[in-house]
Amino acid sequence: MLDQLVDPDLDRIFHALADPGRRLMVDRLSRGKASVTQLGQPLAMSLAAVLQHVRVLEACGLVRSQKIGRTRTCSINPVGLRSAETWISERRALWEFRLDRLGGYLADEGGGLPPDAGAGRAQPLNQTER
Amino acid sequence: MNERSVKHGTFTVERRYPAHPAKVFGAWADIAAKEIWMDDPDFKSDGTKAELDFRVGGHEHFSGLAPDGTPYRYEALYYDIVPDQRIVYSYEMYTGDARMSVSLATVEIVPERDGSKLTYTEQGAFLDDIEKIDEREEGTNFILDGLGKYLASQSGS
Repeated sequence: MLDQLVDPDLDRIFHALADPGRRLMVDRLSRGKASVTQLGQPLAMSLAAVLQHVRVLEACGLVRSQKIGRTRTCSINPVGLRSAETWISERRALWEFRLDRLGGYLADEGGGLPPDAGAGRAQPLNQTER
Repeated sequence: MNERSVKHGTFTVERRYPAHPAKVFGAWADIAAKEIWMDDPDFKSDGTKAELDFRVGGHEHFSGLAPDGTPYRYEALYYDIVPDQRIVYSYEMYTGDARMSVSLATVEIVPERDGSKLTYTEQGAFLDDIEKIDEREEGTNFILDGLGKYLASQSGS
């Protein structure tokens, strides 16, 4: 029962959004539909490359596309994110946010370590779901 | 009224902090510290004070208003506290009088050479789809915002 409630696409969503070009596409689509050509305009890449990125975004359920005539129109797919596991994903996103804030707080407070130890910011490790 | 339903889920979030385990632990044990880093900038105060009785059997409470004015409430109970190492507590989230979730949360802190590793594990029963947002885009944006912060925090290191 538990297994079927775990979101298999979350890792793929994170992977898809790790690419700045794809983030730009998602950002563009969150403001409305766009053709593949329009999506590629701010990016210096071939149409084929843009299409590949679109496929990655489609595969993880973030984006859907429809070919009408010769134009493929893309739109954000909120349903993909509002699946049964969204609840859990949102709760996790909240804790990602909070633990980053904790890192900021600890940095402000000084970590109680020697000055040269562990300089830098909080490092996210792997995130896992079971 | 929502239909009755329960979803179960478990997730784990890990972070490394360049801070001593005692410092990390202290940020969870001290209400003043916790109010700083747990504060959700989108939520407004409802005029009540947060409470934290940080000991085994102790309660924690805070509440606030969502951007749309919906009252939210958090109630927690502490089961296990090992200073600088481990905290186990349960918590409930309410919107209005409706219970949205009951979760078991485990915080583990392990010392490392350059600081600490924190592992947060939540095992939850998420109730009645209460948090289902009618405007689905909102949920999308929430996740993407969280992700953006997550990625931004990575790029700075």
